[in-house]
Amino acid sequence: VNGSLLRDLVPAVIGVLVRRGAHFASAEDAVQDALVEAVRVWPDDPPRDPKGWLVTVAWRKFLDAARADASRRKRELAVEIEPPAAPAPSVDDTLRIYFLCAHPTLPPGSAVALTLRAVGGLTTRQIARAYLVPEATMAQRISRAKRTVSGVRFNQPGDLATVLRVLYLVFNEGYGGDVDLAAEAIRLTRQLVALTDEPEVSGLLALMLLHHARRASRTGPGGRLVPLGEQDRSLWDTDLITEGVAILQAALARDRLGEYQAQAAIAALHVDARTVEETDWVQIVEWYDELLLLTGSPVVRLNRAVAVGEADGPQAGLAALADVNADLPRYAAVTAYLHERAGNLKLAAELYAEASRAATSVPERDHLTREAARARQLLRP
Amino acid sequence: MKYLLLKHYRGGPTPAVGYAPMDQWTPDEVDAHMQFMHDFAARLEERGEFVDGQALAPEGAFVRYDGEGRPPVTDGPFAETKDLIAGWYVIDVESWDRAVQLAGELSAAPGPGGKPIYEWLEVRPFLTSSPTVTE
Repeated sequence: VNGSLLRDLVPAVIGVLVRRGAHFASAEDAVQDALVEAVRVWPDDPPRDPKGWLVTVAWRKFLDAARADASRRKRELAVEIEPPAAPAPSVDDTLRIYFLCAHPTLPPGSAVALTLRAVGGLTTRQIARAYLVPEATMAQRISRAKRTVSGVRFNQPGDLATVLRVLYLVFNEGYGGDVDLAAEAIRLTRQLVALTDEPEVSGLLALMLLHHARRASRTGPGGRLVPLGEQDRSLWDTDLITEGVAILQAALARDRLGEYQAQAAIAALHVDARTVEETDWVQIVEWYDELLLLTGSPVVRLNRAVAVGEADGPQAGLAALADVNADLPRYAAVTAYLHERAGNLKLAAELYAEASRAATSVPERDHLTREAARARQLLRP
Repeated sequence: MKYLLLKHYRGGPTPAVGYAPMDQWTPDEVDAHMQFMHDFAARLEERGEFVDGQALAPEGAFVRYDGEGRPPVTDGPFAETKDLIAGWYVIDVESWDRAVQLAGELSAAPGPGGKPIYEWLEVRPFLTSSPTVTE
């Protein structure tokens, strides 16, 4: 059984069950049960129509659960036993499952978990392992999330921006447990591109592909972080780059710019350079300007200062830092880099050490400690 | 039996060997140290002794309740004199002796000049959740 092909069908099947009158929470449980059965039965007896099979089995599981529930509570079934004949438009229903799982009333961590389960078809155990929490904790988080969205009307239009944010969060988590979360985010975003007609969705997919293309070069021996400028560009995945650039160009051609398209454009300019020296920093600064107009984000302002430093020299970069909030996590690291480029090694070394104390991850901390040591070594006679 | 191997940024007994902070080592010394830490964790996993390993940022605060309807009181950032935890390993091993042996191994992580840093590590047995049956 091809796991990801099987899981591709999950949101559509949940959509069908909900359309037939099942509550989202019970529909989702029933589809998980059906997946378990599919994994057991399909190798010996592959169905001709996998989606139809899943709908039938999930619907039966749902009815079993509803009956058990009803007899437990000594009351009548709330749903029709026979499914309504008319099949619903499945594209819209699948899309609604995305909206429901990333509903703005959910905290981001819960939206991520629910999306991985009900859209991604991952098991609670896989999601728990990926996020390093006990399975019982993750199960509780998911069932609370389901309860939160249980009052949301299924036909209500959703908020695509929150869906994109959730998918990008999953992507940025990278590897976790036995699940490749970055690949999973790409798979779900690909599906979403097929369900929607929004250039920003394509922009996000392009951004993910262009980042993902560099994955093999981003870590060195012992998990150490390799910054963009030092990455072995021969390790970059040219197929992913070609695909990402094509998707981005098609999106940009529609002339409805958004933050993910702008970020993807920056990523595309990076991967377009055969050596770090060939990087078109002037264009990258222009894209940061666009991105700043779109988001006003302090983090964008900080990253823009790095690009300005490369395009117009370190003094210009330091000047661009003037209106950036110094409390940002990577502020000291950026300042250190710009001071080093400006030739002030002593200050750079001190700032790298300060940055390492403010780092938010172990690889980042180790990298900045190494940078401090490197700057200090250059200082020695 | 589970044991906690606790690393400290500062605090504990007087250091056996004085050495500069890591950002003042050479890049090669830093790399060698990090490689050692990486290999140590990998060996624990290979031998089936690893349970958990986490690192803590040096920033943080003490926090306590301050009465009904009032926000919690915070005391931080930490004073320079305070004992400061840097991170831990949780290991699951056969005996206290084995835990001590592993802590000794970890404490020999290389520092300046590739020499062991003789870092003090705190070793603490976990209290188990089931009572010992002695009848």
